[in-house]
Amino acid sequence: MAKKALELKNVSIKFNLSKEKVDSLKVYVIKLLKRELKYNEFWALKDISFSLEKGDRLGVLGLNGAGKSTLMKVVAGVYKPTEGEVIRRGKIAPLIELGAGFNMEYTGRENIFLYGSVLGYSKAFLKEKYDEIVEFSELGEFIDVPMKNYSSGMRSRLGFAIATIVCPDILILDEVLSVGDAKFRKKSEAKIMKMFDEGVTVLFVSHSVAQVERLCNKAILLEKGRIIAQGDVLDVTKIYREMTDDAQIKQAEQEKKKVQQQVNDLVIKNTEYIIQPQAKQ
Amino acid sequence: MNGIIKNFMHYRHFLAENVKKDIKLKYRSSYLGIIWTLIEPLLEMIVLTFIFGTLFGNNDKSFPVYILSGRLLYSFYSGSTRSCVRSIRGNSGMIKKVYVPKYLYPLSSILSSYVTFGISLIILAVVSLVLGVYPTWYIFGAIVPLILLFILAFGSGMIFATIGVFFRDFEYLWGIALTLIMYTCAIFYKVDRFAASGKEWVLNINPLYCIIKNFRFCIIDGQPLELETCLYALTFGVITSIIGLIMFNKNQDKFILHI
Repeated sequence: MAKKALELKNVSIKFNLSKEKVDSLKVYVIKLLKRELKYNEFWALKDISFSLEKGDRLGVLGLNGAGKSTLMKVVAGVYKPTEGEVIRRGKIAPLIELGAGFNMEYTGRENIFLYGSVLGYSKAFLKEKYDEIVEFSELGEFIDVPMKNYSSGMRSRLGFAIATIVCPDILILDEVLSVGDAKFRKKSEAKIMKMFDEGVTVLFVSHSVAQVERLCNKAILLEKGRIIAQGDVLDVTKIYREMTDDAQIKQAEQEKKKVQQQVNDLVIKNTEYIIQPQAKQ
Repeated sequence: MNGIIKNFMHYRHFLAENVKKDIKLKYRSSYLGIIWTLIEPLLEMIVLTFIFGTLFGNNDKSFPVYILSGRLLYSFYSGSTRSCVRSIRGNSGMIKKVYVPKYLYPLSSILSSYVTFGISLIILAVVSLVLGVYPTWYIFGAIVPLILLFILAFGSGMIFATIGVFFRDFEYLWGIALTLIMYTCAIFYKVDRFAASGKEWVLNINPLYCIIKNFRFCIIDGQPLELETCLYALTFGVITSIIGLIMFNKNQDKFILHI
C-alpha cells in the first residue's frame, strides 16, 4: 500500500478565550489573587481524523466559523494541535495568506528572496527562478518599488508567483483562487490545474460548491469544529447544500420578520404623527 | 535531535534573510546609512570622554579606548536583549500565518545586533591606533570574551523573548534593569577605587562586567585573560542559555494564543 500523503489523527485544538486579555503583570497578579483568572475554553477543532492518498483532492466545506481556516493552519504547521497528531509526507505549499512573509519597507525584489526563504528556498535557487517569478506576477518595473506602495492585488500576485514556483507534494488552497483581476485569475487557475495534473495532493477551502465539485474528488464538511460528513465529493456537497438551504430559509424568515417589524414601527410612528397634530389643536 | 538539525537546515536561508533584513532596514532612509554604526559610538565616546575624562580629571591617553570598548560591548548586549523582548510580538503577523521555527526570530535579532556590533569594532581599532594603543599578541585572546558575550546574549534573549510574549510590562522592567547593569559595567569609570575598598565584588557578580574586563585586558592592557572571571561568565551564560531554551521550548506553542 502506498504511503498516505497526509494523515490527521484525532486532531483537536483548544483556544483559551479570556474575556479580557491579561498581558500586564499587575493585572495578572491581581487577577491571580482574586482567583479571577478564568478562561472560556473553546474547541476550534475536535476529533478531526482523515487521511489523503497522493493525488487526492479534498474539498473542505463549512459555514463561516466552522474551523476551516484553523484546520488549514494546523495542516500547514502554524498551529500545533492540542491533542492528536498530523503526519505530512512531502513538501507543503500553503497558499493561505499570500505574502504573509512580506516586509512592507522592502522592495518587491527583496521580498522575493525574503518570502522565498520563508518557504525554505535558497538564495541561489530564487535567483535562478527570479525572472520567472517577476514575469508571472506581471509587476514589471514595480519590482524595485517598496512594497508599501503596492496595491493589494499586486501583493497577492507576487505572493502567488513565489509560492507556486515549485510544484509541491501537498497544496493548501484557502480561497486564493480569487486573486487579482479576471486575467490573472485565469492564469493562476491554469497554473494550479497544471499542478493537479502532476498529481499533487490538494486541500481546497471554498464557499463555492460548484468549484469544489469541479476540482475535488473527496470532501469533508465541518460544523463547529467537528466533521459532520466526509467521503465522496458529491455526497458531501449534497449535505452541504441542504444545510445552507436550511440556513437560507431561516435567514429569509428572519429577514421577513425584521421587515414586518419595521413596517409595523413605521405604521405606529405615522399614526402618532397623524394623531399628534390633531391632539395639539 | 536529528529532526531539529534538518529543520534548521531547511530554514537557514530564512535566518540569513531575516538577519539581513534587520540590518538593511535599520539604516534605510537615513542619509549616512550603515556608517552610523561607526559614527554613533564615536560621538558618544567623545561626549563621555569629555565628561568623565576632561571634567573628572582622567587624562589617561587610553581612556577613550577604555570607554569605547565598554560602551560597544554593553550596547550590543542591551540592544540585542531589548529587541529579543519584542521579537515574538513584533513578528506576530508572520507567526500567525506561516510556519517558521519560532526560535529563529530571537536568534536573528541577536545575530543582526552581533553583525552591526562586529562592524562597529572597526571604529575601536581606528581609535586605538590613533591614540597609540597598539595591539599585542594578546589581542587574539579577545575572541574569548566576544564568544562569551554572544552566549550570554543568546541565553538572556531566549528567556526574555518568552517572557515578553506574556507580559508587556517586561519591556520596561528590563529597561530599568539595564540601567543597573550599565552602571555596574564600569563603562566610563576606572575600578581602582573599588579595588582599594574591597567592593569590586559588586561589579564581579555582573557577568557582563567580567566579559568587558577581559576584553579590555586583551586589547588595551596587553594582558592574558583572567581565568576565573571568564569561567564565571561562561557558566552564567551556559546556564542562562539552558534555562532560556527550556523555557522557550516549553511555551512556544502557546505564543500564538497570546499575540
